[in-house]
Amino acid sequence: MADLQRTPLYNVHRELNAKMVEFGGWEMPVQYEGIIKEHKAVREKAGLFDVSHMGELLVEGSGALDALQKLVTNDLSKASIGRAMYTPMTKEDGGVIDDLLIYNLGLNKYLLVVNASNKDKDLKWIKDHLSGEVGVADKSHEYALLALQGPISQQVLQRLTSLDLKEVKFYRFAIGAVAGVPCLVSRTGYTGEDGFELYCHPEEAEKLWWSLLQEGSEDGVVAAGLGARDTLRIEACLPLYGQELNEDINPLMAGLGWTVKIDKGDFIGRKALMEIKVQGASHKLVGLKMVERGIPRTGYPVKVESQQIGWVTSGSFAPTMNANLALALVKPEFAEIGTEISIVIRGKAVKAEIVPKPFYKR
Amino acid sequence: MSNIPEGLKYSKEHEWIRLEGNKATIGITDYAQDSLGDIVFVELPNIDDEFESDDVLGVVESVKAASDIYIPLSGKIVEINEELVDSPETINEDPYEKGWIVAIELSDTSQLADLLSKEDYEAFLEENA
Repeated sequence: MADLQRTPLYNVHRELNAKMVEFGGWEMPVQYEGIIKEHKAVREKAGLFDVSHMGELLVEGSGALDALQKLVTNDLSKASIGRAMYTPMTKEDGGVIDDLLIYNLGLNKYLLVVNASNKDKDLKWIKDHLSGEVGVADKSHEYALLALQGPISQQVLQRLTSLDLKEVKFYRFAIGAVAGVPCLVSRTGYTGEDGFELYCHPEEAEKLWWSLLQEGSEDGVVAAGLGARDTLRIEACLPLYGQELNEDINPLMAGLGWTVKIDKGDFIGRKALMEIKVQGASHKLVGLKMVERGIPRTGYPVKVESQQIGWVTSGSFAPTMNANLALALVKPEFAEIGTEISIVIRGKAVKAEIVPKPFYKR
Repeated sequence: MSNIPEGLKYSKEHEWIRLEGNKATIGITDYAQDSLGDIVFVELPNIDDEFESDDVLGVVESVKAASDIYIPLSGKIVEINEELVDSPETINEDPYEKGWIVAIELSDTSQLADLLSKEDYEAFLEENA
């Protein structure tokens, strides 16, 4: 795979015989021993993921908060030091440039974690729209990112750190050593399970990876790839940029109204999103379950009788529910739970119905 | 290294073919099932459907993606493996026996010359995989 970037854990993946695929310009492990096995391990025990492809941008300066508030839809003033916040970053028309996690590191420093394939676009957008006493720098090469996800994550991680993890609550972080490796330890994730994301220096990533895997292996911790990460996040109905979100999809369509804080003051996209809020979004993100046999996939048309009412954004066999499920953007008049629709699979209309989201909740 | 049994014929689309007189049983190879990963759905043709060689015979879907299965020989479907409908993972577990997909009655035996032997398929995999 020529010209692809590799994470600091590339050699680890080779050693574990992972199947490697291209993702967002990176050569990443899609699976080690099998997607379903890894998926179930995360739901029942825990899985260890390399997500070092994610980008990290540092926004710093006395005007950092004010500048960021103008760039993102969520109210970052509510994220005190030691907290993380999820937020879309939108264009004037409300379309999503990227969805990000922002850490308030204190001392007017904010760490923005962005999608790998959007990093360069985000950096340019932020540079072009930052105002006041503030700067932005790409720090992606200074961080490796490991995610330990699943119900036993805290129990395993606690054995390797003197941080008191029960005090690190959901969407908060602490800084301390894990297996002797300095880390930012964040209680966040993308699987619908309890878990942690660990940011460390790239040179220490291998040591951290093997320490976590060795410590947890007897308890059932396994290496897990991007394949399982995708099926896990689909079950939890967490959006993926490029599928549920893009520059033509606004946060209100994607069910992210809770991240759009119109009253916090001005931000790029506020006016458009305010109008959409009043008039109603053109499409609504819904959950679908296949009634007849078939697996829904990204881009498949969604129909009622002969009328196309939307499209599948993500779909998969869902190992936890043992069902074929999808997220889809449909016209709001067809978004009610129980609505019978069909999905066009290889030219054939196959029956499905609208079901509540999320499909999986721990 | 993939398992490539003796006594079968192979195609460059990673199917295996077991010949018994005018009948050919077809499945996908160990290499194919391993590349696809966990198979979770199989779409089969109907008995008596007729196909030309290289037509799309059906579809196997792994967790990640859907892949067409191409029929390596022309013929009429005489048996389908209905067990795969409820247990598609059988293809992963036993690709050459319980994971067979269809059996056809050959309509053009001259096409048999186009199939690969075990050694040809091994060489093909080494070059292409």
